Amino acid sequence: MKRVSLIALALVVVLTGFGVAVAVEAAQAQAKSADAAKPAESAAAKPAEPAPAAPKAAAVNTFNRLMIPRADRNPPPMKDGIHDPEGPGTSMLQPPLDAFSVMPKSNAGNNINWVQAIKDKAINPRYDRLNPNEAPMVLDLDIVREVKGFMPDVVYPHDRHTEWLDCSNCHPDIFIPEKGKNVISMAQILMGQKCGVCHGKVAFPVSECRLCHSKKKDQPKSASTGK
Amino acid sequence: MRREFLGSKPAPGRSLGLLRMAFLLGMACLLWGGDVLAEYGDIVINNYSDKAGMRPAIFPHWFHRIRFRCKVCHADLGFKFKAGGNEINMLKIIDGQFCGGCHNGEVAWSVENCDICHSGKPNTPTQVHGNTIQKLVK
Ligand code: HEC
Ligand code: HEC
Ligand code: HEC
Repeated sequence: MKRVSLIALALVVVLTGFGVAVAVEAAQAQAKSADAAKPAESAAAKPAEPAPAAPKAAAVNTFNRLMIPRADRNPPPMKDGIHDPEGPGTSMLQPPLDAFSVMPKSNAGNNINWVQAIKDKAINPRYDRLNPNEAPMVLDLDIVREVKGFMPDVVYPHDRHTEWLDCSNCHPDIFIPEKGKNVISMAQILMGQKCGVCHGKVAFPVSECRLCHSKKKDQPKSASTGK
Repeated sequence: MRREFLGSKPAPGRSLGLLRMAFLLGMACLLWGGDVLAEYGDIVINNYSDKAGMRPAIFPHWFHRIRFRCKVCHADLGFKFKAGGNEINMLKIIDGQFCGGCHNGEVAWSVENCDICHSGKPNTPTQVHGNTIQKLVK
């Protein structure tokens, strides 16, 4: 309380310094301590214009109108818009932020860097339904795809994918396992084909251009390297 | 400035430049994100639930991928990469297929907890929440 009225007092001093009389109604109502309230009253004695209604203006003209405010991201199931708050099971579900608090962050998707989470051992998801000790078969092979346009070339890292997936998840249905046999365009990816089967659904979304377009064009060329 | 943005070499045709602009606009829509709030990758499965008077089932990817790698479900248990594309029903689940591979009282809590899976708002269509096309069309 005291701090609020002190801040209000400081505000009054600054504003009167500019020759503007300000009505400090909120400060008066909150001021319990007599010595803090008195100067505020004297300043409000000759009111001219009411203070500009800051919160009202802020509501329409918010900064970053189209972005989800940080505080509203990863809401609990009760408030996420697809779970039924009336459903008896909904309140039993885990709020995402409870789980995510210990995991490395990112700026898209679940706002979690899932690849890093495994590397950091923040999580240890099973590779087998029953055996918690079975380790994934990781293939360390980068595929470089040269991009026609102005964007940097794409590096596809097998290692980060085989940490999670089985070869049969992609080969041969989504990608033919042979160099030069696959045509991939951004249009296909945006429509949910090729890389877009997972990226834009579960794996990090296509807004993260530079995670894939990661190789500068002027670097020495190599078709596929073992890193 | 604009020329540079579209590519420094003279474009073979104006349509290519327009295509690029359209593409960039599309990407901009994706970056803005809209008002999607539910967790990215949450799947609503509602082929039969509404008709049967149950709330739609919701499968949270984020929750399960903390505990299992994709391979367990999408290779070993045979879930196809298609929301609503596996024709899951309760008989299959009780017989140990799909969700029933784990929600069997051994790996995870069993089927009698109907409301934990059937927790969606009635009439929510089958979807992957937050997917690219959902964001582009909105
Ligand atoms: C590979 C095993 C596996 C499969 C398959 C599986 N689940 Fe689960 N599920 C689990 C485990 C393990 C838990 C966590 C149990 C616990 O400790 O609370 C869980 C928890 C859940 C939860 C509760 C999440 C929370 O917030 O507590 C829901 C909802 C759920 N599963 C739905 C489904 C649905 C729907 C399917 C089928 C489409 C499914 N699961 C398939 C293993 C699985
Ligand atoms: C592990 C998650 C899970 C649990 C637990 C669960 N269900 Fe389901 N259920 C599903 C999924 C997934 C579907 C398919 C949804 C769809 O396509 O509409 C489904 C479909 C249904 C359907 C429609 C299809 C059919 O088989 O007739 C009914 C009715 C149903 N469930 C009732 C129940 C009841 C009653 C319980 C509790 C005894 C229950 N479910 C528990 C996941 C679950
Ligand atoms: C516990 C089981 C489980 C795990 C683990 C899991 N998924 Fe899924 N996935 C599902 C289920 C269930 C569906 C919905 C299938 C349906 O509706 O019939 C699904 C659907 C999908 C889809 C289809 C979305 C669409 O386009 O309709 C993609 C892509 C996907 N998962 C990717 C992944 C990736 C990538 C991982 C690992 C990071 C993963 N999943 C881990 C169970 C799982």
